[in-house]
Amino acid sequence: MSGYTGDPRIRPQEFLPWIIAIVAFFLLPEYLSLGARIVVYILFALSLDLILGYAGIITLGHSAFFGLGAYTAGILGAKFGVSDPFLQLVAAAGAAALLGISTGAVILRTKALTLLMLTLAITSIVLEIANKASSLTGGADGLSGVEVAPILGLFKFDLFGRTAFIYCLVTLFLGWLLVRRLIYSPFGAMLTGIRENAARMHAVGAPVYWRLVLVYTLSATLAGIAGALLTQVNQFVGLNVLGLEPSGDLLVMLILGGVGRLYGAFVGPVVYLVAQDYLAKQYPEYWYFGIGVLLVVVVLFARGGILGIFDTWLQALSRQRSSARASAR
Amino acid sequence: MILYVISVGLSVTMGLMGFINLAHGVFAMAGGFILSTAMTSFGLPFPLAVLVAFIVVSAGSIVLERLLYSRLYAAGELAQVLFSIGLILISMALARLIYGNLAAPVFLPEYLRGQVHILGRDFPTYRVFLIVFSALLIAALWFGVERTRWGAMVRAAVDNRGMAQSVGINTRQLFMATFALGSGLAGLGGALGADILAVQWSYPFEHLVYFLIVVAVGGLGSLRGPFVAALLIGVADTACKYWIPEFGAFLIYVATMGILLWRPMGLFGVRA
Amino acid sequence: MAASALATEKLCKSFGALTVADNINFRLAPGARHALIGPNGAGKTTFVNMLTGAIAPSSGRILLGGEDITKVNQAARVRRGLGRTFQITTLFRKLPVLDNVALGIAEREGVARRMWKPASRHGEIIGEAEQLLATLGLAADARTPVQDLPYGRQRLVEIAIALGLKPRVLLLDEPAAGVPSQDSHHVLDVLAGLPANIAILIIEHDMDLVFRFASRITVLVQGQVLVEGTPHDIAADRRVRDVYLGEATHA
Repeated sequence: MSGYTGDPRIRPQEFLPWIIAIVAFFLLPEYLSLGARIVVYILFALSLDLILGYAGIITLGHSAFFGLGAYTAGILGAKFGVSDPFLQLVAAAGAAALLGISTGAVILRTKALTLLMLTLAITSIVLEIANKASSLTGGADGLSGVEVAPILGLFKFDLFGRTAFIYCLVTLFLGWLLVRRLIYSPFGAMLTGIRENAARMHAVGAPVYWRLVLVYTLSATLAGIAGALLTQVNQFVGLNVLGLEPSGDLLVMLILGGVGRLYGAFVGPVVYLVAQDYLAKQYPEYWYFGIGVLLVVVVLFARGGILGIFDTWLQALSRQRSSARASAR
Repeated sequence: MILYVISVGLSVTMGLMGFINLAHGVFAMAGGFILSTAMTSFGLPFPLAVLVAFIVVSAGSIVLERLLYSRLYAAGELAQVLFSIGLILISMALARLIYGNLAAPVFLPEYLRGQVHILGRDFPTYRVFLIVFSALLIAALWFGVERTRWGAMVRAAVDNRGMAQSVGINTRQLFMATFALGSGLAGLGGALGADILAVQWSYPFEHLVYFLIVVAVGGLGSLRGPFVAALLIGVADTACKYWIPEFGAFLIYVATMGILLWRPMGLFGVRA
Repeated sequence: MAASALATEKLCKSFGALTVADNINFRLAPGARHALIGPNGAGKTTFVNMLTGAIAPSSGRILLGGEDITKVNQAARVRRGLGRTFQITTLFRKLPVLDNVALGIAEREGVARRMWKPASRHGEIIGEAEQLLATLGLAADARTPVQDLPYGRQRLVEIAIALGLKPRVLLLDEPAAGVPSQDSHHVLDVLAGLPANIAILIIEHDMDLVFRFASRITVLVQGQVLVEGTPHDIAADRRVRDVYLGEATHA
């Protein structure tokens, strides 16, 4: 629980994701490239949760920032010989931030469907640009041969994906620290206020619009970093990082895990990508069908996603226990 | 013009029910598939097949509405967006399973193929037919909404649902009927347009952005809005692709953004 | 003459052909206890919405402590010291009472922008919120979500949030509306105990409350000020009786 009555101390369960990640590193070396992909999407999902789960902005255009970050890193590495991974990250973050603040300032005055449409329009525009500027982006073929120098000059990106995984994990860790701090801070409480009752926030003197632009920009920056990570891991970037599809996928992942719960962004991508890796290859038609059904079911019956179900179950358990205790007296 | 037929239904349902239904394209796709199946497997003539498409899709939409949509009226935008995305995915998967990867084959009847000679120039017969049909449709819809009692009730309910209910208008039935009409129109559009907008499993997704643009730009809850918007987009799209092929669809999005920022409720919007 | 705490000059508002506010010249003195009454549809809520900045007037000026705020947006007016409560409770329903109040205090103190130190460690904000809740008798509910409180106490939370902003002027929009009669005395006590240096304008239909609370009353009818004066003047004024209190005085 965040806010002024919440408890910001790190609870023991919060170490779980990191423990699992490290264990996976040692026990599942064949799956590290999938693991890196999952980590990237967790960061991407965290960025979306910041604006969707906490500030209440519904967007289908978050892939614009992800894609821009991915292409920035890619173009730097493939066309301009800038191969230092940190430089690529910083550039990607900067580009995404710029796009975030400029588009945010323009569209955050609108609401609901109009806002949704505008986010969609923006990511479609970025997709079109990437498609057409093929000399820079490789167009429909994508950009391969992205050079990524060894990290700190020491750790080369090896074929097994070990370096990539740890690199992504560390970046995620830093991103997570930042997001967690933000959520428990007064700023985070204020975001929750905007989500819960924007009219009230206006009436307590909050400059809502500027706050939304700020969090939108932060979120865009994180998404851009996630995109850059993906490019660096694959040493390739293609058009599939832009447009409606990755935004939609991400939304599904986040809903699956649970919106506005910080760790929904962890659970969702893990479940989705692991399932996709296994099922989509075997039965592609059934994959879409399954996701569709899952989505409908979640929306109708389990709005809080997997973590929401978990919560309800835990609450039911503790109620059972306390009533058992009461009747035992 | 196909965009118009398909989108006007969306504008009405979204404007009327306030429900963000991204899955509207599903009904259009269904219409297209039904037309194709009716003609190829059952040998129905074109006009009859189109009618069948309209009726079946309307009926199907009522079932969906009763079972699923109606539970989400008060659920908030996010839930509605997610729900309709889910529907899209399900229907796309089903379409692929049933019809495979190829576009549904559509054979236009003889009298609609070829060209007509009007005012000294040749136009594709089918497109002329579509424009005429759309014009008739808008006239019929306009008449229906402006002049009949049903239309008055719909307008009242769009304006203020609570008030309409307290005056004794059965809004639940009204919504159901209007949703059926809107979805039926989508099916009709999908069927009629099958020759131009190929009907295949990825249809709802591919054209989603266009439908939404037409509706958002045209304005929710209005009939004229999507007409004008579809017209604008059709013209602009062709013009842009002709004169500035480099930028293609790009400008449509920019134009959409421009219009939405200038008029957030759309050009003729009744309700945001 | 000291500047009014809040004033309007020739304030007008029309929606197309419908005029809801017609040339309203209004003065709220510093430290005032002023009530605005009038029949339903008189335009009271529109007037308040113009004062707070939710609606823009068609013409005229609004002055807060002598400064022209006609073009200033809602949130900025709040920061300049204009607070309000809403007729329909507008609260953060799922959040605890303490958070509801703390959010406002944090805005006032400029703390709401901070992104590093956890909110729950901001002792000054929490302390002030708890004190405020105590003065309104809400201390026990500090950690209860607002939606779990009875309606009467929710109305008090409305007032608490507004007070937390340390306003110079406070607009109370039907504070006792919908409160069951056994709880409304509590609302009254709270109103009576409000700091003397805040200028208060209360919109109310409950005539008992109005006559006990206000030292000046303005009567608004069809968007125009009918008459303004002390409770005694208003009660004696024939026009007011005809228009508004007519039914009550028949008894």
